[in-house]
Amino acid sequence: MAAARLCRCRCRALLSRPPGAPRALRGLAAGPEMHFGFQTVTEAERREKIYQVFESVAKKYDVMNDSMTLGIHRLWKDILIHKMNPCPGTLLLDVAGGTGDIAFRFINYVRSVRERQLQRKLKHHQNLSWQEIFESYQEDKFNSLGDSQVVVCDINREMLKVGKQKAQHLGYSEGLSWVLGNAEELPFDDDKFDVYTIAFGIRNVTRIDLALQEAYRVLKPGGRFLCLEFSHVSNPLLSRLYDLYSFQVIPVLGEVIAGDWKSYQYLVESIRRFPPQEELKEMIEDAGFFKVNYENLNFGIVAIHSGFKL
Amino acid sequence: HHSLCGLRKAPSRSGPVPQPVLPAGRARLSHSDPRGWDGRGVEEEEEEEEGWHQLYPGHIPTSPLQKALLAAGSAVMALYDPYRHDMVAVLGETTGCLALPNLRDKMKHHPEGYRILQERPRIRLSTLDMARLRELPDGSLGREYVRFLEDNKVSPDTRMPPKFVDDEELAYVIQRYREVHDLMHTLLGMPTNMLGEVVVKWFEAVQTGLPMCVLGAAFGPVRLSARKLQVLATELVPWAIRSGRNASCILNVYYEQRWEQPVESLREEIGIFPPP
Repeated sequence: MAAARLCRCRCRALLSRPPGAPRALRGLAAGPEMHFGFQTVTEAERREKIYQVFESVAKKYDVMNDSMTLGIHRLWKDILIHKMNPCPGTLLLDVAGGTGDIAFRFINYVRSVRERQLQRKLKHHQNLSWQEIFESYQEDKFNSLGDSQVVVCDINREMLKVGKQKAQHLGYSEGLSWVLGNAEELPFDDDKFDVYTIAFGIRNVTRIDLALQEAYRVLKPGGRFLCLEFSHVSNPLLSRLYDLYSFQVIPVLGEVIAGDWKSYQYLVESIRRFPPQEELKEMIEDAGFFKVNYENLNFGIVAIHSGFKL
Repeated sequence: HHSLCGLRKAPSRSGPVPQPVLPAGRARLSHSDPRGWDGRGVEEEEEEEEGWHQLYPGHIPTSPLQKALLAAGSAVMALYDPYRHDMVAVLGETTGCLALPNLRDKMKHHPEGYRILQERPRIRLSTLDMARLRELPDGSLGREYVRFLEDNKVSPDTRMPPKFVDDEELAYVIQRYREVHDLMHTLLGMPTNMLGEVVVKWFEAVQTGLPMCVLGAAFGPVRLSARKLQVLATELVPWAIRSGRNASCILNVYYEQRWEQPVESLREEIGIFPPP
């Protein structure tokens, strides 16, 4: 009997979610209740805990991303930039941009577009005099980015530190700036940016509505909002496999690679808690964006939401 | 009665009170899932019998699959990066499900061991009176232990607390084993370099039967030079094995009450042969 019961427990443990779903303990709440993974905490506590999570994972953030997603996160981020299709001269704000993945891709993309632009210009210049060609070189030489700029904003000092080190290591210097700031209260003026991105960050924001409002505020009219985030898998079989992988494998990877089980347990729990595609779409519309739509990647494991400020 | 790596609930007589997982503040546990779209709220109810509750501070409940993955991952990582002591610890916890109950039973059936299980002494800087130990005569356990700590620049506080052991008493047993490790070094007269550690691991492997010790003993020598390997193979390991076999269970000694006892006499009492 006991053996059978234990067996059933184990089977369910294998297939079901966490040995991590807490039971109720009625207590006194101080302040609005929010979720932190599967726990209920106050708003202030949530901010603090999330800050600590990213502080501790910062150094191993990229390694963990690669191991958890088997490198696929790179493709997701590439797709985001392709969807953005920035032209030289774009001013991008990358919020929760921490270690700079989106920023670096943006710079690469804009640089290659710029190169093609310059090549086309050169072709047109076949019939110019040497003097004119020389002059055109002068103005374009220092403009490999074509005045594009990206501002990386993150609330966490450690993540920014890692990002800056990476930039130095990879040789990114121009067109890049790093700002410490809170997505719910951005330290920028209204109507400043052409594109606003938040990749795998909005899940960790405590008040998503405020972050969306801020996004709307700092974008220029005509500006675009892009959000890359884990989302809801509707296919039931895939959903089970995904859950199994998330809850059984990812915390183990966190423990083995980063020595940090709890942060990665939080990660998978916070993904489950995040609103699904349609609900997020409505929230974005509520903030004032138009032409809001989303694109599922990998059956909904990840989704890109897009909206325009008109 | 003896479940394998099962999730046995500890009797609550002397266990620590389960505490919330994360350090800060009041983390209250949510019963109903406010987000209705997550249909798994129902599944949460069904998991009640397995439950999610911490058996001791720092406990992380894990499923058998997770334990298997942890064991494999930590073994690989420990070999790849020998400085990851936490991985060695995790390996010990996840593979110890047969050896630990064995050890616990050995302790239970021995008067001194039983007392240790009841009183749960901890070897920590805060519980040790270092000044007093330093003043003990040379050759006594206390003096030699302090000398060992100072010479090798180690501290008893660096031992990882157990996380993945699903029985509160067994968690204490493995904790005790870790804390007694430095005393093993003292009793065996082995330093904390790679060679010394391997010798102690051989001794512990024979004594405890913990797979982690066995693996450490088998794979540790991989990183040693040929000369050391020879010394190891010809003198040290046979001695360690003989001592390990001959000695009574090292966890059954209440070390905290024997600081004044000379190391030689303690060795004889336990049954450890003099080191080569």
